[in-house]
Amino acid sequence: MTSRPNGEPLVRLSGVNKWFGELHVLQDIDLDIARGEVVVVIGPSGSGKSTLCRAINRLEPIEKGEITIDGERLPEEGKELARLRADVGMVFQSFNLFAHKTVLENVTLGPTKVRKKSKADAEKRARELLDRVGVASQADKHPAQLSGGQQQRVAIARALAMEPKVMLFDEPTSALDPEMINEVLDVMVGLAKDGMTMVVVTHEMGFARRAANRVVFMDGGRIVEAAEPESFFTNPRSDRAKDFLSKILTH
Amino acid sequence: MSPVLDNIDLFVDGFLTSLEIILWALAGTLPLGVLIAACRVSPIPPLRAFGTFWVTTFRNTPLTVVLVFCAFGLPELGINRSFFFFGVLGLVLYTSAFVCEAVRSGINSVPAGQAEAARSIGLNFTQGLRYVVLPQALRTVVPPLGSVVIAMMKNSAVVGAFGVGGDLWSTGQRLTSALGYETFPIFVGGVAVGYLIITLTAGALLQVLERRVAIAR
Repeated sequence: MTSRPNGEPLVRLSGVNKWFGELHVLQDIDLDIARGEVVVVIGPSGSGKSTLCRAINRLEPIEKGEITIDGERLPEEGKELARLRADVGMVFQSFNLFAHKTVLENVTLGPTKVRKKSKADAEKRARELLDRVGVASQADKHPAQLSGGQQQRVAIARALAMEPKVMLFDEPTSALDPEMINEVLDVMVGLAKDGMTMVVVTHEMGFARRAANRVVFMDGGRIVEAAEPESFFTNPRSDRAKDFLSKILTH
Repeated sequence: MSPVLDNIDLFVDGFLTSLEIILWALAGTLPLGVLIAACRVSPIPPLRAFGTFWVTTFRNTPLTVVLVFCAFGLPELGINRSFFFFGVLGLVLYTSAFVCEAVRSGINSVPAGQAEAARSIGLNFTQGLRYVVLPQALRTVVPPLGSVVIAMMKNSAVVGAFGVGGDLWSTGQRLTSALGYETFPIFVGGVAVGYLIITLTAGALLQVLERRVAIAR
């Protein structure tokens, strides 16, 4: 179990609404995420969980409501938004490593261009992070030469290099071969243990049990239920969650 | 071929003048085209509108009209430069619309996730374009951009004919109409060969470039 969350919320969503045309994908979302808390978001596809995750660093703009990070309202556009995004790490389902850059360059780009670190400092830190996620020996390769699991671990290192206040994971293991899922989850569990604030959209119930402080269950653009993992998995309150869990946990 | 060999000095001069027009035009139109493409994909609506206006204007206007505007319109506005300058300027403006669209097609070929990842580490729009999207767009852009560049090289003949003079095309004109040489040997044996030397060299360089920038995804 991770360190106990404390203090005022690091991420706060209040009254968040978003539409894709006619489709109301996020409906009156209220969610506080405490410093050091690990929140796992689960739900059927189309429930809005990825959109929720992407809204936190405004890769998806919202139409109504407010999102604050560390007490600061998410800016609409421009320099301020870029500055705030630098504090929010993001890991994508499809890795999205910069295809034309080496692994090392992927990790140093943000620190040198955004944080204005020297190349030497950025590389030193990048190598430490690559070592931490277990891909130090791949530093000079291009992303296409790596396995999916390795690429995703590089993507985590790239996000960590910005020294983010919070990390967002948008289905980080969904595009991976089964045998590569654990190497990524192990890195994520390690991060959680170190006290990183994390929002993780995933279908990995094992990860939720091992590392999460809270499970948020979404359906139809709403948060249906939020609870500690153990009580959520053993005794879900809502019928929708019971139905969902019965479908995914029986196999 | 003797009409050509007899006047080889004139042809060499014409060749160099054509090359001069082309190199100046390239130096202007490539950066300008990329800049307009950046406007067209920008998140700022006025910049996008400006980019669209630019492309619509210069892509749909005949090169000769653009040249007339530069050579006779700009002096009316108090801008006085040489015919050579106005000729190159017209070619730069006209070609930039096509360069822009070739570059934009390359930008669109880069998966959206690349730009999202760039934004997620805190790069602003310009940085994301410069460090992440454009270097990858370049790879797909080389073939269509090559066609635009080669078309521009041939369009330099229009600039020459327009009054700059002294280029390959004008040299052929002068030899046939003023000095009475037969048209066919001069234009096929001299003028066309001159342009082929330029365009075939460009084609070969483009192929080398294409191989150099190709990288597996």
